[in-house]
Formats: sequence, C-alpha cells, structure tokens
Amino acid sequence: MDAILLQILNGLDKGSAYALIALGLTLIFGTLGVVNFAHGALFMIGAFCAVVLSRLLSFSKTVIDETRTDFLGNPLKVDLPYMHQWFGEAAGQTIIDWSVPLAILFSIPIMFAIGYAMERGLIRHFYKRPHADQILVTFGLAIVLQEIVKYFFGANPIQTPAPPAFTGSFDFGALVGLDPNTIIYPYWRLIYFSFAVVIISAVFAFLRFTTFGMVVRAGMADRETVGLLGIDIDKRFTLMFALAACVAGLAGVMYAPINAPNYHMGMDFLVLSFVVVVVGGMGSMAGAVLAGFLLGILESIASMSQVIDYLPGINQIVIYLVAIIILLTRPRGLMGRKGVMED
Amino acid sequence: MTGSNKTIGRRGLLKGGAALGAAGLAAPTFFTHSARAEMHSGYLNAPTGKSVTLGFNVPQSGPYADEGADELRAYKLAVEHLNGGGDGGMMNTFSSKALTGNGILGKKVEYVTGDTQTKSDAARASAKSMIEKDGAVMITGGSSSGVAVAVQALCQETGIMFMAGLTHSNDTTGKDRKANGFRHFFNSYMSGAALAPVLANAYGKDRKAYHLTADYNWGYTTEEAVTQATEGMGWETVNTVKTPLTQTDFSSYIAPVLQSGADVLVLNHYGGNMVNSLTNAVQFGLRDKQVNGKNFEIVVPLYSRLMAKGAGANVKGIFGSTNWHWSLQDEGSKAFVKSFGTKYGFPPSQAAHTTYVQTLLYADACERAGTFNPCGVVEALEGFFFSGLGNGPTIYRKEDHQCFKDVLVVKGKENPESEFDLLEVVEVTPMSKVWYSPDHPQMGGADATLGTCNTGA
Repeated sequence: MDAILLQILNGLDKGSAYALIALGLTLIFGTLGVVNFAHGALFMIGAFCAVVLSRLLSFSKTVIDETRTDFLGNPLKVDLPYMHQWFGEAAGQTIIDWSVPLAILFSIPIMFAIGYAMERGLIRHFYKRPHADQILVTFGLAIVLQEIVKYFFGANPIQTPAPPAFTGSFDFGALVGLDPNTIIYPYWRLIYFSFAVVIISAVFAFLRFTTFGMVVRAGMADRETVGLLGIDIDKRFTLMFALAACVAGLAGVMYAPINAPNYHMGMDFLVLSFVVVVVGGMGSMAGAVLAGFLLGILESIASMSQVIDYLPGINQIVIYLVAIIILLTRPRGLMGRKGVMED
Repeated sequence: MTGSNKTIGRRGLLKGGAALGAAGLAAPTFFTHSARAEMHSGYLNAPTGKSVTLGFNVPQSGPYADEGADELRAYKLAVEHLNGGGDGGMMNTFSSKALTGNGILGKKVEYVTGDTQTKSDAARASAKSMIEKDGAVMITGGSSSGVAVAVQALCQETGIMFMAGLTHSNDTTGKDRKANGFRHFFNSYMSGAALAPVLANAYGKDRKAYHLTADYNWGYTTEEAVTQATEGMGWETVNTVKTPLTQTDFSSYIAPVLQSGADVLVLNHYGGNMVNSLTNAVQFGLRDKQVNGKNFEIVVPLYSRLMAKGAGANVKGIFGSTNWHWSLQDEGSKAFVKSFGTKYGFPPSQAAHTTYVQTLLYADACERAGTFNPCGVVEALEGFFFSGLGNGPTIYRKEDHQCFKDVLVVKGKENPESEFDLLEVVEVTPMSKVWYSPDHPQMGGADATLGTCNTGA
C-alpha cells in the first residue's frame, strides 16, 4: 500500500508535465486545427530560459589569482559574479540561487514572442494543408530548434538547481501516520505539482470567465459564424498559440530543477504528450489534463519492481497499452467530442 | 567468483618486461625495409600514395556528442603530432620510440570523420562509408559499447583494423572480441574489482546494495561485475532493477529504494542517464538518510569528468572509477594535458585520452610491423608492453586484445577549485588486482575467441 501511494505521488509531478504540455497541444489543435509537433521543443526552450537566466545572473568578472594555478600551471583565473559585487556576496548569491523562480517572469515574454513568431512566420502557411504536412513541418521545426540549442549549450545536461530552501525532501509517510522513511517526497516536486494546478486553473478560468476567452471558445465551436460577426478570430487564435507556447515554456522552466535540461528533453515528452491528448480526447482540454495525470501515475506504478518482476518491460509500454485499450473501448478518448478529426 | 585469475602470470610479466626493454632500446621491426613495398599491398585499402587515411567514427550528434567532440579533438591532436606538428605530446614520453613525427611509415596521416549518432546502425553505416569511399585503413572511436561491438564486427568482416574508443562493457573484449579489434579503455570487470575493496574500506563489509541498471549491454556487464565484486567483500545485493535507456525521470525507480532496506544505491548508468538518476536520488534526500544505522551511500561505477560536470554538486563525495584523469602527475599525462590544454583551453577528458593513445598505439604498431597490413599490426600489438602514455606500465593482452593497466578509483571532490576540478583520485588500483583470465565467465567463458585476423584481401 505504501509503495502504491508512493508511486501515485511520483506520478503527480510527471503527470503535471504531461498535462501542461498536452493542454497547450489541445489548445492549439482546438483553435487552429494544427497538430503541433514542435510543442515539445517549446517545453525544452522554457527549460533553457531557466538555464540562460541562471547564466546571466552568474555573469562574472574574471580576475587573476596569483596565489593559485590552473591545470597548466598558469595563474588561476577566478570568476567573481557581478551580483556579488553589486549586492554583496550573500544577497548576490541568493539572487543567483533563485534564478529558476525568477525565470518564470523572464520566460513569459520570451515564450510569448517565440510562439507568436512561430505561428505568424511559419505555421499559418500550413492551415489549409493536410495534417501530414503540418506534422512534417512542425517536426522539422522541432529538430531545428533542438539543434540550435545543442549548438549553443552542448549535448550534456546542464544542472539548474532549485533555490536551496526547496532542494530537500520531506517525509510524507510520517505526516500521514506511516512508518518514517517509507514515503519521501522532494519539496520541488510538490511545488511543481502545485504550480501545474495553478497554471491549468488559470488557463481554464481565462477561457471561461473573460470576454477574450468566450470569443475564443465560440471560435473553436464555430469559427465561420464568429468571423461573420466581425470578430478577427485569426488574431485571437494567434494569441492563443502564443499562450500555449507560454504554458509549455513555464512547464519547462519549473521542470529544470527536476531533470537537468538538455537539448533532447522536448522530444522525450512530445510523443507521450500526444498519447495523452489522444487518450484524453482530441480537442478536449479537460480530457488532456485528466489523461496527463492518469498516465503519469500509471507509468510510475508500472515502474515498481514488484510489477516489473511479474510483467517484464511493462514500464516501457504501459502508456501505449492503456492508449490502445481506451481507443478500442472509447474511440474518441476519455472526453473527446464528436466530429473532431473525423472528417 | 569463479575462474578468475587475479594475478598476472610469471610468464606474462617476463614477456611484457622483455618487450618493454626491447622497445626502450630499439623498436623491433617484424619486416625488413626492403620488404615494405610488398607490404603496402595485398590487403584492403593499402595506401598507395604519399598519405594514409584513418577513420574517426565518433558521436557528433545525439546524447554523447560532447564526448564525441572531445574524442575528435584528441584525434586531431594525435594526427598533428604524428605528422610532426605541435610539441609532440605523449610521443615524447611513450616507451616505444618508433614514431618520429614523419607520419606513419613515411606517409602523411590524413583523416576522415563519421557520425555514429550513438546508434549501432548509423555507426556501421558511417564506418562502411569511410572504408569503402574514403579508403580508411583503420577505424577508431565510439562512445558506447553497443556501437563499439557493432563497428568492431564490421571491421572484422571487412578486414580493417578497429581501435576502440570509449567502450566499457566486458563484451567488447569478452564474448564479442575480434582479432582485428583492440581496446585500450578499461572495462566493467576492472571497475568492480577496483571499486569493491575501496567501498568495503570506506563503508564497511556489512552493506545492502540496490542496483539501478541501464537496460543494455554495458549496464548488464557492469551490474554483474559490481555485484560479484561487492558480494565477494561481504555485501548483500537486495535488488537489481533495469531502467530504460530512454528514461529521463528516475523518481519512480528511486523512490522505492529506501523501502527495500538497502543502504547503498549503485547507479549502473552513464551519460545523461547517470546525471538524471543521481540528481533524482539526491532530490529524494537519499544521501541525508540513515538506514540500518548507517549513512545511506551512492556509488557510480563508471565516472567521467564530462558527466560529473553535468551532475554538478550532486557528485560530491561519491565513489566511482575512471580510466584516466587529467590531474595525474606522471610525465605522459602531464605532456598530454599540456598539449591538449594549450591547443583547446581546457583539460582533456578520459574519452580524449583513450582515443589519443589508441591512435599513437596504432601508428607505433604499423611502424614496428613495417606495414599497415592488419595481420602485421595485430601481431605487433599482441602482447605489446609499453609505458609513458598516462596509465603506467600497460600490456595489450594477446588472448583478448584488452589493455591491462592500473585503474583509478575516484571520488567527487568536496571543494572543487575550478570547473574542471570535479574528481579526486583516491586510489590507483594496480594492474595485478584487476587482472582476470581470458576465459573468465564474465568475458564469455571458454567459448569466446578472437578468430583470425582478416586482411580483407
């Protein structure tokens, strides 16, 4: 029982990432009808926003320390961060340590601009093309983006730690009356889950309770009629693409301390996120969120050694297995609407 | 532990010593100079002009691209030194004096590069292209055991020499050994044999270990080597769990570790896998825990500086093993670090070291054999005893083409002084302690054979 509870907790943070990426994918598909295979790359760029800000804040002045030598025996060059010089060592280091939370603010305009440019510059030319063309062009774009990141940042993962106050873990088992050390959960993963809940709620609230959101929902239901009412729905849909890019980017920023960012991390999430969208039901945002958490938890449970002992390799196929079962029993996914991608 | 022979045979040492002495006095040649013209024919890709082409097959894309880039830097440096450029690097400290800076056998060394993408099929395709289109007479490189085994088999089939780069699986010179292939890098067995005594000394003999293992060739041999070696010291292995190579978040594998009653976690992971699993383990607070009345510990059997950089502060205090480290103070290592550091601005990785050394060893063997003919080169390398290349006295064992030398046990440094200063050498395990018999069960047993050398003619 402890082990299952532990894996449910573990599944929550992974499920949060799936849900956030799948939410953006559904948002784009629901508004623009585009299957965006570059969405994983947006998640990766978000994580690299945290890396970039961390490096910017750590920007240093190089001074020569004559008392020490480097690996070649030359006087050692020591980097002194400008933050330490400007704000004092303690305060400067605190600012550097908090680069990931600060990157949330830093990433929003960047991701918005990238999303806007991507839609206006490339994707809008493919609206009337078949889905296969859209998949090819967005997949190509994803490869280009990840190769650009690899060129500048290398192929190895880059550690981007959370602020020291959140790097530890707490004994969840002891909190709920179980034996100590049975269920340990890192603080940052709890923050990530909470953050995902806030973002998902904010997106739903935005679409539900604002005029802009109401127009977008109307456009998703009947684009032509909304257009005939004199509303520039294309402009709003472009903004929704940028918003979806922001959601993916924020998911990436906050994920950076969980797994050190590398250029390939978007691809790792992309395929699973598409499965999440299909299981949730094409075009259903609530379905995407539900399926994200569900599949994240299932993946964690399937990784238990007790399960693998009985069903070797199940951890690698469980998501696809569940997807097949759901699509056989509910062809439109968990919460799919009639008529979406059925023409 | 069965069938292992942990000491070098008297005959082997005498033979090696004699070879070393001979190398110091005068480089032995297996063929006379008058016969050399004949020896530049009768085998695949025999160089006919004034140059000879080597094929550097490294991961230039994919997850090991940074290691591949460092390997390529080292290859280029080796070519520069072989052609008489630069300061000569380890050619000056190498016990064999056959290399003079005049190329190989008087032919200027040129090279072509291929991208393995860390995929066996892509690596074979690029190696094939370098052999068939570019006329490469030797293929070297790789940053994965799966790739090394695949390319080595291709070279054997086609009749080209293969000088393995970074490959640590027992299988490369174990069950998949080939007559045309040679490995300078150490292997999983050696890591286990070197690490186990250090771990028992540091953490005690009453320990319970939990293994997470990358689900492929290298992971299996490393898990087997480390479990056998640590169990031989009295440790108990409570569980071994395979993790997919594509896994990025290891939380669901790490979270149950504490529930298992284990007090040591062994991460048989490399590259990005290791960075992520170690980061996750630290996030889950494993290193702050007390289990069975002892501090919980983590072990990483195969370390590299590039990986340690990726894992950041998480590597502090964690034991592992490595083939070579730039901080070594022998003359060969110092010469190589100086050459490489001056040219590129940072110290070389172990991947760079082994590929540089392999290039020099191949060139030297050609010089001593007086030919590029693979069978001549194989004969020159088999049983070759040398020193001055950064690992102390080293022998290329005839029976399996595996280099035997001292192994470094390292630990993540608590207070690094620079971005390169991440690992400290805590013990240099002598060659005799990591020696095993060629038919050791972990190496494929008695069924494993080299076969015969292939010239491709």
